[in-house]
Amino acid sequence: MNMSGFMKKEGVKSVISSVLCILAGVLLGFIIMVLLALFNDRTSIGDAVKGLGILLAGPFSSGNAAYIVTNVGDMIFYSTPLIMTGLSVAIAYKTGLFNIGAAGQFYMGTLAALMIALNADTNGSPAMGFLVWLAALLTAMLAGMIWGAIPGFFKAVFNVNEVIVCIMTNWISANIVTWIFTNTPDLINRSAGKSGYLITTAVTGNGTPKLGLDQVFKGSYIDMGILVAIALAIVIYVILTKTTFGYELRACGSNKYGARCAGMNEKRNIIVSMAIAGGLAAIGGALYYLNPGIELKFDTAYSQLPSYGFNGIPVALLGSNNPIAVIFVGIFIRFLSLGGDHLTSAGYNKYISDIIVALIIYFAGFSMFFKGFITKLARKKEKAAEEAAKAAVQKPSVEGEKTGAKADEAAPEKALTEGKEAETK
Amino acid sequence: MIFLLQKTLIYTAPLLIVALGGMFSERSGVINLALEGEMIFGAFIGAISARLFLEAGVFSNMQLQFIVVLLISAASGAIFSLLLSFSAIKLKADQTIGGTALNMLAPAIVNAFALAFFNMEKIQMPANFQGYVIKNPDATPIEQIFADKAYISTYVIVVVFILLSIWIYKTRTGMRMRACGEHPQAAASVGVNVFKMRYLGTTISGALAGLGGYAYIATVANGTAESSIAGMGFLALAIMIFGNWKPVGIFFGALLFGFLKCIGPVYNSVDFLKNLGLPMYFYNIIPYAVVLVVLAITAKKSGCPKAEGIPYDKGMR
Repeated sequence: MNMSGFMKKEGVKSVISSVLCILAGVLLGFIIMVLLALFNDRTSIGDAVKGLGILLAGPFSSGNAAYIVTNVGDMIFYSTPLIMTGLSVAIAYKTGLFNIGAAGQFYMGTLAALMIALNADTNGSPAMGFLVWLAALLTAMLAGMIWGAIPGFFKAVFNVNEVIVCIMTNWISANIVTWIFTNTPDLINRSAGKSGYLITTAVTGNGTPKLGLDQVFKGSYIDMGILVAIALAIVIYVILTKTTFGYELRACGSNKYGARCAGMNEKRNIIVSMAIAGGLAAIGGALYYLNPGIELKFDTAYSQLPSYGFNGIPVALLGSNNPIAVIFVGIFIRFLSLGGDHLTSAGYNKYISDIIVALIIYFAGFSMFFKGFITKLARKKEKAAEEAAKAAVQKPSVEGEKTGAKADEAAPEKALTEGKEAETK
Repeated sequence: MIFLLQKTLIYTAPLLIVALGGMFSERSGVINLALEGEMIFGAFIGAISARLFLEAGVFSNMQLQFIVVLLISAASGAIFSLLLSFSAIKLKADQTIGGTALNMLAPAIVNAFALAFFNMEKIQMPANFQGYVIKNPDATPIEQIFADKAYISTYVIVVVFILLSIWIYKTRTGMRMRACGEHPQAAASVGVNVFKMRYLGTTISGALAGLGGYAYIATVANGTAESSIAGMGFLALAIMIFGNWKPVGIFFGALLFGFLKCIGPVYNSVDFLKNLGLPMYFYNIIPYAVVLVVLAITAKKSGCPKAEGIPYDKGMR
């Protein structure tokens, strides 16, 4: 296959435009670091270069081999909820909906999962622990599906913009989480120096099974959640590409009216798609907080939404809403923010990586522009290749053509000399 | 009761002006989801300049300083909104994504720059910014509502609101701008520069959001500019939809939601609400839940600009 044909493929174009978005975001982030260095005594230009290195090295920016292994394990663990919210945004996007409510659905999943897991003390019985974990995960999914169906319902029945409804449900769910957990005194961690935290599944013994992964990545939080996320990504991929139902969802996304004319129930599809999206984001919340090492700070939850919900958006966009690509992008975004966490060693703060992620979304907005640019480039190359091929064929036979080409080449010079002549005259 | 009305006015003002900002952008044809981010950014720049002014003692009159800082916040909101208009108008990018990106960018900028230059994640204005508040404890009850524990920003906002509402309906430029939101090709066919009008609408929108952002933190949020503004921008967007993209509707919507929004933080100081024994979270949820109910009822007869969210394409007639 030749190069230009390769570049014309939709998938390849998406990958290239995503890479361009990332590069543009990182470059701008670097410029911001340089600017900060110029206007701030604490950092120098050298620090900016060092900072860029740290960002690009992610978990490997630590020199110690043992730390690196732990960091990689943590990176995989923290990318699990990102992959889930990314899948959530992606499947909604395929149906033509913008699920900005993943944060609220994430909270609903957290709430449901922790209410089940933390209320059932199964310490000492791994089998029971696993069953409770499974029940917690499934309840979380159900809660998220119901929560996610609300914006879908409003969109389908009342034709209300799903973005507004999603935002409203986000804040409602954030308040519900704090409200409910302030009334569950048994679940609050009251050990010294703790305020506003819940106990974890380490106490109740029904955390996500580790499957020995914690032996591979010693000292990290990693558990089998990542395997659940990957399995779900594959399931969503199969549903979207291989089933009639998935086809209907995509049809609604590309043309609502066309789908209706073809006899599809587009209203039902909108609600179901948002419900699935809600379920996925909720599983993200559940997998995150069911880890024995992660504790929920519930008392301030009502005033801030989880960043995982919003960071699902760049994950989905950069992955072109392809469920399989979402896995890799999720890990990549976490890679970047992990680099951000280490930025303090170069004199910067971790929020630089937040800026970069936001910039990447900004650029992802005009990925169509990037794609058009790539298409143009491919066409140019194709033309050049065609001309080269033509020239190669015509070279031995046609002498006149060649001289013609030469004449063309000489033309500007000729014009120049003519111009000079005119001037001298 | 007087207390509740005073608080309602204070909460209403930022919502009112930001919702009008949303209207300006959408009537010109650009969905401005970034109101929240523009508020955060405007508030941040405003808080920094107020800090610098107070430290340098530039203004002896606090009210004058308040007005100057409001203008600075408006300018910074306008500049920040150029990011959105550039991607939405020039590059014809997805406006929802662009707006979301700005909403994520603003908090990140606030945190990163506040940490880099002030060593904290948020900017707190010095305590003497309390001089902004106007006190008239001895006035009659009616006067108290409007002139006691009041802020000059409320009146600035009302004046700007009225002037701009008249402007968009009665002047030539205003009418042209609205035409660009309804049918840009028709507007272009009579010689209106659609791109220019949309840039103008979005920039005014950003300015109003920046102004509202600083008014919010100076009057409601104890002078703290941080990475979150508690969904005020989105609430303003909902008020704009509630108001059917018209100033009069927005005015009543802002009053209603200003009232609902202020109950959560102040219910403890109002006896009959306190006696109900409901938690703060319940009152916090009310405005958001009411938005949903109201949208469900009003969405069918929507006065939504026909061309909003669609990038202008000269070739499409």
